[in-house]
Amino acid sequence: MTTSLERRNALYGNDLACYERMVEIREFEKITNALFAAGSIRGTTHLAVGQEALALGMATTLKPTDVIAGTYRSHALALAFGLTPHSVLGEIMGKATGCCGGVGGSMHMCDTSVGVLPTSAIIGGGMPIAAGAALAFQVQKSKNIGVALFGDGATNIGAFHESLNLAAIWKLPVVFICDNNVYGEYSRINTTTPIEDLHKRAESFAMPHMAIDGMDIHAVRKGISEAVDRARSGGGPTLVEAKTYRFSGHSRADQALYRPEGELEKWQKRDPLLVTEQDLIARKLITQDQIDQMKSTMESDLGALAKKVESDPEPELSAMFSNIWTPAKAGK
Amino acid sequence: MTAMRVRQAIVAALADEMRADENVIFFGEDVAEAEGPFKTSEGILEEFGPVRVRDTPISEMGFTGAAVGAAMMGLKPVVEIMFIEFLGVALDQVVTEGAKMRYLSNGTLSVPMTIRASVGSGLGFGCQHSQTLEHWFASTPGLKVLMPSDAQSAYSLLRAAIQDPDPVIVLEPRILYAERGEVDTSKVTKIGKASMRATGSDITIVALGHMVNIAEAAIKAAGVSADLVDLQTIIPWDRETVLASVKKTGRLIVVEEAPQSGGWGSEIVATVTAQLFSSLKSAPFRITTPDVPVPFNGGLEARFAPTSDDVARQIKHALSQSGAPQPWWVAEGVAK
Repeated sequence: MTTSLERRNALYGNDLACYERMVEIREFEKITNALFAAGSIRGTTHLAVGQEALALGMATTLKPTDVIAGTYRSHALALAFGLTPHSVLGEIMGKATGCCGGVGGSMHMCDTSVGVLPTSAIIGGGMPIAAGAALAFQVQKSKNIGVALFGDGATNIGAFHESLNLAAIWKLPVVFICDNNVYGEYSRINTTTPIEDLHKRAESFAMPHMAIDGMDIHAVRKGISEAVDRARSGGGPTLVEAKTYRFSGHSRADQALYRPEGELEKWQKRDPLLVTEQDLIARKLITQDQIDQMKSTMESDLGALAKKVESDPEPELSAMFSNIWTPAKAGK
Repeated sequence: MTAMRVRQAIVAALADEMRADENVIFFGEDVAEAEGPFKTSEGILEEFGPVRVRDTPISEMGFTGAAVGAAMMGLKPVVEIMFIEFLGVALDQVVTEGAKMRYLSNGTLSVPMTIRASVGSGLGFGCQHSQTLEHWFASTPGLKVLMPSDAQSAYSLLRAAIQDPDPVIVLEPRILYAERGEVDTSKVTKIGKASMRATGSDITIVALGHMVNIAEAAIKAAGVSADLVDLQTIIPWDRETVLASVKKTGRLIVVEEAPQSGGWGSEIVATVTAQLFSSLKSAPFRITTPDVPVPFNGGLEARFAPTSDDVARQIKHALSQSGAPQPWWVAEGVAK
């Protein structure tokens, strides 16, 4: 069986593999959506359709020993960083085979073998954690770095400002990556935030900052590399704003009827899969026929996987009582 | 009487208070344009306009604290916290600021604000979106803490909360939003007053929120004659009603959707034991969740909060033996 780390390592220096992973994420989210609609998955889910380039750009710029604290919009991050579709779908379906043993659910992905810390369902919740991981690396004189991935909405919460300030004064080896997908839950950014170029918020912390095209994996890599190199070489934190777009609603309950007319269509022309396909075809690394074949194979493979996962074992009752704390060690 | 869903009763209570008092304002995340992720503010923006009804950024500390300040200056803000966990980032403003303003102003300032938040397990939202957390607030003097169990109490408690001169937290069991019930809109609850869901002679069951419905089903399943006290308010709780009931029945069970350790039910059991010790026929006890996070998996989550089957088992035990029964996870050998 392929491990998360093997899946991660297969991406480095291989643009075709990165594209295939993007296709995997896209098809995976389609299946997730269909399973929710059919009532096979309970609770809620937050799809990351349209945000594949950012996930792959991060996965191939960071090392597996770096750590990332992400959010409840977690499926693309998990798959890109190496988690298997089986462990991600298993978790979404609450199966014992899930990455959290089925007790976490759609919002909570984790695999420490590839640096994915538990994703948080609280806006901004992962940001101080990423700074803290970076603090540990600084103290331990490790070359690893911490990364916080968060949405545009998080930049209005206290944890954002406190984490950036702390990281700046302590020169922590951390990269703050804002996935600005234009919407915070049901609200467009202009209704909640007085500026749209969120990276500029770093100026008040005297922190380097930049905006990158989050729909293009090359632009993502280029921008994040600069920030990662700075963090790794002791230059301190950076705020990177990836301009992306949330192609789906906030969650399962949200049909996103509030979008301005034409906005989605405009962004769909910058669909990260499309952008990557054009690049790969121009570089003669793939043909349209091969792309179509890849998509259709992925669709049927993941469809077969979904059927298998549906019959995976449920967690034992004892799982409810596991991993809560460790009993005190013997003492006086 | 009007038939409505719990979420509609909440909308009706808010609208009636906003009509009655122009100082009532309402804000929260996606509550205005989108009318609330759980549709608990349908039509509110349309009727009362954007000055009194506002969407906020995802900034719970900021807008909850702003409600404290606005309340101190004479408004009656109502804020919605989508999931109770989101109040975690605003705890300072609620617990350490808002709850202390009357005290720190020598009684010259009031904080007539209401925080509404959805709570509870059962819907597969996972461990960061399924807690009840009422005990966070129940141990903070200066706050009042309410929890409805049906459409009528959702209406009557919210109106009482908005009218109250102090910070009031209304915890709404999310699982009940779609439930229907008859609502008498002339009824406003007195904060601190429990409601009798059922009356009987053999045992007193005290419950709160959705656990009232679970206890009601359990009483029926066990086929016993019981007083079912819907506490409605945790702080201040209705000592008079609970003590009078236990004095009559001689037995007490408290049903809580909250971890075993640190729950408000301990306060009730302790008070009853201390004051009615000689009248008790069996040991008062609590039925709670285990001390675990809310699991996502459906089969596990179904066992997390007290179930009517398990409450029925423990009611029968209380009527036949003097000692308290073991919780299910001990009885089944799953955990200690």
